[in-house]
Amino acid sequence: MEFWPELQKDFYQSFVEGGRWLLYIKGLGTTLLVTLLALILGIALGIIIAVIRAAHDQQALRKVNPVLKILNALCKVYTTVIRGTPMMVQLLIMYFVIFSNTRNQIGVAVLAFGINSGAYASEIIRGGIMSVDPGQMEAGRSLGFGYAGTMRLIIIPQAIKMILPALGNELITLLKETSIVTVIGLRDLTKAAMLIQGKTYQAFMPLIAIALIYLALVMILSWLLGSLERRLRASER
Amino acid sequence: MNDKTLISVSDLKKYYNGGSIKALDGISEEIRKGEVVVVIGPSGSGKSTFLRCLNLLEVPTGGHILFNGADITDEKTDINLHRRKMGMVFQHFNLFPHMTILRNMTAAPIKILKRRREEADAQAMALLKRVGLEDRANAYPSQLSGGQKQRIAIVRALCMSPEVMLFDEPTSALDPEMVGEVLEVMKQLANEGMTMIVVTHEMGFAREVGSRVIFMDEGRVVEENTPSAVFDRPQSGRLKSFLAKVL
Repeated sequence: MEFWPELQKDFYQSFVEGGRWLLYIKGLGTTLLVTLLALILGIALGIIIAVIRAAHDQQALRKVNPVLKILNALCKVYTTVIRGTPMMVQLLIMYFVIFSNTRNQIGVAVLAFGINSGAYASEIIRGGIMSVDPGQMEAGRSLGFGYAGTMRLIIIPQAIKMILPALGNELITLLKETSIVTVIGLRDLTKAAMLIQGKTYQAFMPLIAIALIYLALVMILSWLLGSLERRLRASER
Repeated sequence: MNDKTLISVSDLKKYYNGGSIKALDGISEEIRKGEVVVVIGPSGSGKSTFLRCLNLLEVPTGGHILFNGADITDEKTDINLHRRKMGMVFQHFNLFPHMTILRNMTAAPIKILKRRREEADAQAMALLKRVGLEDRANAYPSQLSGGQKQRIAIVRALCMSPEVMLFDEPTSALDPEMVGEVLEVMKQLANEGMTMIVVTHEMGFAREVGSRVIFMDEGRVVEENTPSAVFDRPQSGRLKSFLAKVL
């Protein structure tokens, strides 16, 4: 009976009053910024670690490079620790222990998520590198390319194509996981909803709204990844 | 070793499992400029391993390989510099599937020899014309037949202007009707004076094009001679029984 006016009042309070919709927009911007920068850092770290580990596993038995051995061990420790501890704990340690002197929350969040994402991405990329036909490496080397050159020009482009679905999955997880940056007080999309909820004592509107925004973002991402994948595949036919 | 010698192999060994498997058990060979050396033998005889050791795709357990007088088995030697001069053609083509035919051919000249793109393209197009595939320059490897892929693999190696071409069973993965077109290109190459080492089961090619035939078995060279001597007057029992099975 009083349902419709009530809903209108909720809507007004949650989005319009005091220009609150701006908070969502700003929050969304922060979420996207953290995701994007963490993604770049994560993939860069992932490629470096994957190449080190693949190089270690594929090197000739004649000469085991001691530097490579140490690097490989470091990479293993890194992936074990990062994959073995909760993301939120890593974020808290990063903000309150390692960088306790800075209030640059975005920087800390990017670092924490990038490092976390790198551990997962490295395993995906390593799988991709290992799945490229060994004949490709041989062909590259036989033409005179060094190991690094063959990796960069021949192996990694093929590996990326193969692992695109898995990397996309990682990106989607990353986007949603950034919602826990609220624990270090960063005003992302989720924090915006929580702030507004605290002011209006209305939970329904803001929370459903951000859920829909996350959903829409993920759907757009999936679509973009799908078309990228189709384009890459099309070039081979 | 005289100045006509291009590759000199001495006591080449390749062991697996700490010596329990001897893929190569002491091979010594001299490859002279302009020679077409055909390596034959039963599967598992070590002929592919021998070829792959020559550009160090397999790292030998022992012995030395001198290429143009430089010991490439020495760890201090930069193998990448020497591999540019040794073209290799594989059984399974190993074209780069993410690049067009033209880019497959020009990637190494542009990135390694620092050629200008137009120059590398022109050279590649000229080579494509020679093998009758100039209309496929912008196609991707998956759009080509096996015979076409292998012809591209040959000219891709030629783009680096190698001094020797190594062929590792280049026709073994092809449908029978495509073998001829690949052998034709190889024959042309031999006629132009290219130094070639060919591991193959094509006895007709060995007899017609080879300047020398090496018969390997169990990691050793059992017999080597001119093609006519090997095929018409085989000496060892093992070569006789091998030829009886394949001819």
